[in-house]
Amino acid sequence: MADIEHELGRELPVPAARPRPRTHGPIGWLRANLFSSLFNTFLTLIALCLLAVTIPPIIRWGLVDAVWSAPDGLACRGADGQEAGACWAFVGDKLRFILFGRFPYDEQWRPLLVVAIFVGLIVASCDRRLWGRRLVGLWLAGFVAVGVLMWGGVLGLTYVDTSLWSGLPLTLILAVVGMLFAFPLGILLALGRRSELPAVRAVCVAYIELVRGVPLITVLFMASVMLPLFLPSGLTIDKLLRAQVAFILFAAAYLAEVVRGGLQAIPQGQIEAADALGLGYWRRTRLIVLPQALAMVIPPLVNTFIGTFKDTSLVIIIGLFDLLGTVNAALADANWQGFYVEAYVFAAAIYFGFCFFMSRYSLMLEREFNQSRQH
Amino acid sequence: MAESNASDADGPIIAMRHVHKWFGDFHVLKDINLEVGKGERVVVCGPSGSGKSTMIRCVNRLEEHQQGQIIVAGIELTADLKNVEAIRREVGMVFQQFNLFPHLTVLENLTLAPIWVRKMPKRDADELARLYLERVRIPEQADKYPGQLSGGQQQRVAIARSLCMKPEIMLFDEPTSALDPEMIKEVLDVMIELAEEGMTMVCVTHEMGFARTVADTMVFMDQGEIVERAPPAEFFANPKSERTRLFLSQILAH
Repeated sequence: MADIEHELGRELPVPAARPRPRTHGPIGWLRANLFSSLFNTFLTLIALCLLAVTIPPIIRWGLVDAVWSAPDGLACRGADGQEAGACWAFVGDKLRFILFGRFPYDEQWRPLLVVAIFVGLIVASCDRRLWGRRLVGLWLAGFVAVGVLMWGGVLGLTYVDTSLWSGLPLTLILAVVGMLFAFPLGILLALGRRSELPAVRAVCVAYIELVRGVPLITVLFMASVMLPLFLPSGLTIDKLLRAQVAFILFAAAYLAEVVRGGLQAIPQGQIEAADALGLGYWRRTRLIVLPQALAMVIPPLVNTFIGTFKDTSLVIIIGLFDLLGTVNAALADANWQGFYVEAYVFAAAIYFGFCFFMSRYSLMLEREFNQSRQH
Repeated sequence: MAESNASDADGPIIAMRHVHKWFGDFHVLKDINLEVGKGERVVVCGPSGSGKSTMIRCVNRLEEHQQGQIIVAGIELTADLKNVEAIRREVGMVFQQFNLFPHLTVLENLTLAPIWVRKMPKRDADELARLYLERVRIPEQADKYPGQLSGGQQQRVAIARSLCMKPEIMLFDEPTSALDPEMIKEVLDVMIELAEEGMTMVCVTHEMGFARTVADTMVFMDQGEIVERAPPAEFFANPKSERTRLFLSQILAH
């Protein structure tokens, strides 16, 4: 500054300091965020009223008046037969059934281990330093372990038919295997839809539009009811496998459109630069186009993944007992009747845990990608 | 046979013969005939829309020509993808908008093609990349991302990226047009050095000072045709065509 002033032969004007409103400290924070204008003050007061009306009863029902242990449903209710607080004893009593369903009771450590493996794999996948061949190997090993634990029949484990798989492990298998296969398939469909070959393009467009135009329930029904009609007699395909494949094909169509959005946002110059270096189509796609395109569509991708995760609950209509299916079955117990709210709150909490994790993870990824892109 | 060997050795490294191209109904290139010898520096100029960018983009088939023949480094450009990729390996290109890969660091931008196209071990590619970054005078930026560099630095990275493939020919498509004035010189200096080392260059540019310094041949294009082709001394002092004279008077007026 002084150098410039010296050269100019005069003093540079100094911008006048404007008195700043107080923005630090708790009172400053309140003023800046909650009471900055008349309208905001009004909104704040309304929100406070709503919270005051809703929060205390929820706490009273869920914690203060809740019954944490009871031998059966009657013990949860007061003398008048009315439920005063939440009957968490019901969830406690049914916990193993809700989580693992009809899987043989003495063998339920196996699905428990499967859930642990899935959670471990998902958490490991979050560490970008592990991304690469080793992670692929880890997943393959994980799948083998999950298969062995669920099916059994080897290593001294008793065989368990897929019709007995249920609860949380079933939900996780459908969702994780579904996403893992649907994602690459969706990428291929998206690339195919932008292909220069008319035949490839037509097939991909037809597939995507057809699948997107049909409700998932219909696809599941077709897979479970109609497909066996067309198969030669004697040949049966496992019901779970059919549902899984239907699931993958369905999710892939949605993912394809999300990925296509990203592909369209890649500037032509990137493609030209890759071409000019002689990379060729597949290397250009893998090294230049997809990394940028996928990073751009992380929010809608995760949106689709979350949707897919929750869509697994639809398999109940073809007789598979996923987490929501076991919850419903638990409600049918004559000893514990009428505890719908507790049961669904518990199921919702599990779904929420997984979905919230996904959305936080996507935020983290976005931040990381953007950090490297700009300064 | 002996004759064709001789022409491989000292014949043109780029030969365009009766090349035509249309964008829909618009005739962008009209009967282009151009030969560039090994080590020759050709500067192409002309008003905007004259087809000069389209012409050099035909050399590595970023644009397809519809009629005529283009032979680069002894390989004819046809729809055959093998030939196209073989030519692209030997021809480097620098774009007006740099077109660096924003998701990769500067070093990764440079080593990508050597590793994946030339199958070079990563360590060798890194070494090569650092060497070229040194030559374009930004070795300290290796681990930054393109978005963190100035325009002039980005364009020098782009030049280094092309050089890492050890091309026989470098194409420059208005390399300084998107730069702030104070950054043009740093890029031109790198290009002049490259010319002095004997690189075959075809350069579309409006930098006439640069053209005077390095060009062996000036080519003036207008309305899709090559109007004039001459050594720079003659081209600037004594242009033959009226259109060239008009263009030069406009561009050199200020």
